[in-house]
Amino acid sequence: MAKVVIKDSPYNLKKAKILDIKPLTEKEKLFKLVFEDKTWLDFEPGQFIMVSLMGIGEIPVSVCSSPLNRHYFEICVRAVGKVTNSLHKLNVGDIIGVRGPYGNGFPIKIIEGHDLLIIAGGLGLAPLRSLILYAIDNRRDFGEIHILFGCKTPGELLFEEEIEEWSKRLDIHFACTVDRADPDWKGNVGLITSLIPGVDLDPANTYAAVVGPPVMYKFVIKELLAKGLPVDQILLSFERHMKCGMGKCGRCQIQNLYCCKDGPVFTFKEIMDMAEAL
Amino acid sequence: MKTEHYRILEKSKITDFLDKLNTISKIAAPVYKGFNNYAFQTIKSAEEVSLKYIPTVIPPKKYFLPTKDSLLEFTVGNELKVEPTVEYENLILFGVHTCDIAGIRCLNMVLSDKPKDTAYLIRKKHITIIGLECNDYCDEFASCAFVGAHLPTTGYDLMFTELEDYFIVHIHSTKGSDIIEKTGLFKPAQTIHMEELKVLREKKSAIFNNEIPTERRYLPDLFDRSFNASIWKELEQKCLSCGNCTAVCPTCYCFDIKENVDLSLQAGERYRVWFSCQLDPFAKVAGGIDFRRERSARQRHRFYRKFRYHIDRYGMVFCTGCGRCSRTCMAGIKLKEVLTSLIRESEAKIWRKWL
Ligand SMILES: Cc1cc2nc3c(=O)[nH]c(=O)nc-3n(C[C@H](O)[C@H](O)[C@H](O)COP(=O)(O)OP(=O)(O)OC[C@H]3O[C@@H](n4cnc5c(N)ncnc54)[C@H](O)[C@@H]3O)c2cc1C
Ligand code: SF4
Ligand code: SF4
Ligand code: FES
Repeated sequence: MAKVVIKDSPYNLKKAKILDIKPLTEKEKLFKLVFEDKTWLDFEPGQFIMVSLMGIGEIPVSVCSSPLNRHYFEICVRAVGKVTNSLHKLNVGDIIGVRGPYGNGFPIKIIEGHDLLIIAGGLGLAPLRSLILYAIDNRRDFGEIHILFGCKTPGELLFEEEIEEWSKRLDIHFACTVDRADPDWKGNVGLITSLIPGVDLDPANTYAAVVGPPVMYKFVIKELLAKGLPVDQILLSFERHMKCGMGKCGRCQIQNLYCCKDGPVFTFKEIMDMAEAL
Repeated sequence: MKTEHYRILEKSKITDFLDKLNTISKIAAPVYKGFNNYAFQTIKSAEEVSLKYIPTVIPPKKYFLPTKDSLLEFTVGNELKVEPTVEYENLILFGVHTCDIAGIRCLNMVLSDKPKDTAYLIRKKHITIIGLECNDYCDEFASCAFVGAHLPTTGYDLMFTELEDYFIVHIHSTKGSDIIEKTGLFKPAQTIHMEELKVLREKKSAIFNNEIPTERRYLPDLFDRSFNASIWKELEQKCLSCGNCTAVCPTCYCFDIKENVDLSLQAGERYRVWFSCQLDPFAKVAGGIDFRRERSARQRHRFYRKFRYHIDRYGMVFCTGCGRCSRTCMAGIKLKEVLTSLIRESEAKIWRKWL
């Protein structure tokens, strides 16, 4: 057997250095990254990268920073297993492997010119933060912007400082809710679906971007349809098991769709008749 | 059929040919393993080769996409170093049936689709394919005529077809004609040989009858109507989720990615291994959610990957009719029966609509 190095292998990695680590909650940390070769991660909001810890594993993670930020990119990681827990143990200055970006992201060029309704459940705010930051950077190109964010408890609120800032902005309508309040919580209590009826929408002119845990989608979609949103203006991002990110390994397949390549963002129209999707 | 693209090898010379070929390059060919089982393996001498064989337990995909395939080598230590690698060798596959050639063409389609799988393409470039046409069915499990894989089309360098006392050999590439020249045992084909080949193909068209009571072109329509067919529920009761059917399938290529670290914890490799949509962890995501938890959904997924999804994506049916899945299934699930059941059920529905 001969063995050669194939630099152009799609599995090759770029080295990224951790510039900063910020704990957001007990389980989530925000990592600020930069490529060692000083190149820029050119991505769309909603796209993901494959993050590698050599000897431990490789996982799909959404990029959560603004695509217009040329100095660094960010990922927000929840510690749930082998790779994510190991990531949480890293320090500033450590190097990780990255390949990507992968997937299709949110169709920003189509959304521009319309109102935008963001609905984020828990960690779903990570990919949506990228879209929100993009929309804020290009504020004049969007109509009304509504952000609805829900999580289980006040302790699980992500990006607290930014949320604070968004809620103060005059050009954004922001609402937040928790499933279970604690004594200090002064905001809404209830599921995220409870926020939707109160939003003042122009349904024909609105795109909704929804990301959250799998159980959330059915209920949110029902509310959005009740509001009169067209099925092709409801955008959903799906989580599936992913290994290659390139439409080969078959792990992320939903019927004929590869979540990693054709998604992770789909319109409700694309998947509404598909078993195994929701 | 241009006569100058054909050569003749007398049957008595086939061992000479294989032994000569073995001096040119490593050869893998079908070898009898007992209990009606055959395997592609590298051979030392021509005697080991079985010219008459039913599809090998594992198809020749193992040479293109090894069960374990290194993707990267890395060292951690002071500095992270990552090197994507591929291992390959010059190999001649001898005696590949047309169904398995169809299988390799399916793999080519997927792995040369963007982003290209560099390792696969390098390995493929170093493999020469010498086909061997089947003049009759291997056994009752085959459904190669249904998908049109019972005849040589493309995907080989040389194709051997057995006639009375000789093989007629189709040269399909320069890789193939180089072998003809280097071994020096072949004679030019003449009109009479071409005619005998034509007669054989006519005979074959009488033997190989579409094994499934529908036509290939109706597959998309049939499967579009069959997502909730009752057969899937029946398979829920039968299938053991062992994953054998996908392991032996020449067009199954799904994989898992894993890593090894050596004892120093400083160096290791990342590799892919064959994996199966029939197995439990395949599609599970964080929180333990599995969108194809039931065996019926997994079996349905397997059939849709063979007969529906890839027609849209790659324009090809991803079943070669080799019969391996039916031959190997411990639960007795038979591809031909599943397809027939789908057809019957959807016909019944259509009739009901008309009556
Ligand atoms: C498109 C996409 C974007 C994602 N974005 C983020 C993000 O921004 N932040 C974040 O924290 N997480 C994100 N995830 C989830 C993240 O990939 C998983 O939490 C991670 O793979 C778990 O790896 P682990 O080694 O820590 O867990 P493991 O110990 O491997 O397992 C823990 C659980 O995670 C599941 N899991 C394992 N590997 C994968 C995989 N490759 N894909 C999906 N699930 C897997 C397992 O089935 C198991 O239930 C995203 C997933 C996808 C598909
Ligand atoms: S599905 Fe069965 S018959 Fe078809 S190619 Fe795969 S193993 Fe062969
Ligand atoms: S070989 Fe048979 S029992 Fe095993 S997973 Fe396939 S269909 Fe099920
Ligand atoms: S992650 Fe491999 S096919 Fe989608």
